Amino acid sequence: MRKPKLAVWKFASCDGCQLSLLDCEDELLAVAGAVEIANFPEASSAVVEGPYDVSLVEGSVTTPHDLERIVDIRAQSGLLITIGACATSGGIQALRNFADVREFTRAVYASPEFISTLETSTPIAEHVKVDFELRGCPINKYQLVELIGSFLNRRRANIPHHSVCVECKRKGNPCIPVSNGSICLGPVTHSGCGALCPSYNRGCFGCYGPKELANAESLAAWAKQELEADPATLKRVFHNFNAWASPFKEEGSSHG
Amino acid sequence: MFSMGRRDKAVTSHKFKDRIPGFVTEEGTKIDTRTFSLRGLDQLIQTLLDHGYQCIGPVVRDGVIAYDKVSSTADLPQGWTDEQSPGHYRLRKREDDACFGFVVGPHSWKRFLYPPERRLWQLQKQGQSFVRVGEPEVAPRYAFLGVKACELAAIGIQDQVLKDGPVPDPDYTQRRDNALIIAVNCTESAETCFCASMKTGPEAAGGFDLVLTEILEPKHAFVAQAGSERGREILDALQTAEASESQIESARAGIASAADGQTRTVDTDGLRELIERASESIHWGEIEERCLSCANCTLSCPTCFCSDVEDSTDLTGEHAERWRRWDSCFNRGFSFVAGGEIRHSTASRYRQWMTHKLSTWHDQFGSSGCVGCGRCITWCPVGIDITEEIQQFRLRDQL
Ligand code: SF4
Ligand code: SF4
Ligand code: SF4
Repeated sequence: MRKPKLAVWKFASCDGCQLSLLDCEDELLAVAGAVEIANFPEASSAVVEGPYDVSLVEGSVTTPHDLERIVDIRAQSGLLITIGACATSGGIQALRNFADVREFTRAVYASPEFISTLETSTPIAEHVKVDFELRGCPINKYQLVELIGSFLNRRRANIPHHSVCVECKRKGNPCIPVSNGSICLGPVTHSGCGALCPSYNRGCFGCYGPKELANAESLAAWAKQELEADPATLKRVFHNFNAWASPFKEEGSSHG
Repeated sequence: MFSMGRRDKAVTSHKFKDRIPGFVTEEGTKIDTRTFSLRGLDQLIQTLLDHGYQCIGPVVRDGVIAYDKVSSTADLPQGWTDEQSPGHYRLRKREDDACFGFVVGPHSWKRFLYPPERRLWQLQKQGQSFVRVGEPEVAPRYAFLGVKACELAAIGIQDQVLKDGPVPDPDYTQRRDNALIIAVNCTESAETCFCASMKTGPEAAGGFDLVLTEILEPKHAFVAQAGSERGREILDALQTAEASESQIESARAGIASAADGQTRTVDTDGLRELIERASESIHWGEIEERCLSCANCTLSCPTCFCSDVEDSTDLTGEHAERWRRWDSCFNRGFSFVAGGEIRHSTASRYRQWMTHKLSTWHDQFGSSGCVGCGRCITWCPVGIDITEEIQQFRLRDQL
């Protein structure tokens, strides 16, 4: 049987999610044995021609060139899976969407006139059909292996949509907003990290983006009333790695 | 309505047969009541360890009183108490050296009897078929130290569901049969407690091997009674004295003050029917505005037992595993049936939770699913209070 062809594509991103795949160490050989890695710029410069059975897309759409490239990749891919907060929500760079990007380019680049960029950073699914979105900033490598494994074995992936709180409770963590008054986005955030931050006594930063039915408004109202959070804090809390994802987008914007 | 079927015969959740609460029997004879000091408590823990038990009890960890392994009284939260209110918990120093001077923390004993994650089996491909591999897990032998009355009632309820029902869970049953339970009567209550109105506490009514009451007057000591043969043997192995009248009186007064100190109450009269009538109430939608559908309430609740079963394979497909993990009716995937999920709104999930706890639990298991421990109130990150919501349904019912 022909091995499925897997390609990894990069858009505007930090490469952290691709690196999660390289970071799989133990599993990487098994992955390499099970699929033909046709394009993976972080691992090798060799590129195998399309079409591809599976494309993993990292990064957000931020340039006119990206707009063309993503359409081309979609056309060549059987399954298109987006990986990470950049690809699934626009990433931290979507903060530009709330401001004037030309001001940023002027501040950062010596010759801003050479910079060709869009006004916004947007998730891949705003441009083409996406078959599965794997959340996280960065993604969890075990979830990535699980996803590839489910594809190879034609079964449903075990990637639940519940809150981070469920992972916290299974681990036996005390809930820190309750026990020490920290602000924690866990109740409105998609699981996947294994409740990493709350396990180290830090409130969840919301790296995996909003969970389904995320009631950001209620969480913010409680934080304001009972945990004495000021508007600037609330804005910063929601406008983070997943700032462009609803309802984090709207909730952050409603605080100052 | 429920797949497990309706069971109409009236059974109470905590029909403990072992003994009658209090310090005298119904006929007025005095129950053998012993006493020992803090040193005696150390001796008790040591005895449990010597008998091959893993002793699990309260410990201070990460700013809360959690349940974990204890090997001496030095591990216990001596001199600590918990301050609780909706969405709020803080450890506070006590003015005395009580070891059990707190109510309940974020954990419950279900963590040990019904672990949050458990591998049920593993299969390995051999030739054309799969064979079962790996040793079956041996159920641990736990001795639980410091089980409060509401928690005993909760264990009784989980027994009904997981052990005494038509399809017993083998792992739960084994862990439960192995477990030795040392109850401790509450001598104070938190603001979130309402065991008195749920008739589950603050005095342990049975279902334990030993019950202790910690007293600070006339001197710091423990008053102990056996509740089973196993408990009797352990008590006999310790150096104890007969409890004096004043010690018994002190224990009794402590328990009474815990009951009197409860500020939250639930009127259970007609509650089951009230919630049944409320199924179309607009109040579910009002709760939805605040509820995060985060599942903290259910996972903290000592009686909630729902779990998910997950099958997975490795990349090659030659190794497969089945895991059981705590789940919740607040999770989207929970109501997944052929064709998709059926509970799309937070209102429908909260309604499911509350209706099951307070109403359909009676149909299914013959008791209330709530023991009044207050965990769902304290550990809700936005302080939603089941007793307050019950009150709201009452008010709307009377309109
Ligand atoms: S610490 Fe945060 S993620 Fe964990 S249970 Fe509490 S609110 Fe949820
Ligand atoms: S419903 Fe709430 S108060 Fe009742 S037993 Fe569960 S956690 Fe305790
Ligand atoms: S009642 Fe509270 S703890 Fe329960 S799901 Fe709603 S917000 Fe979470």
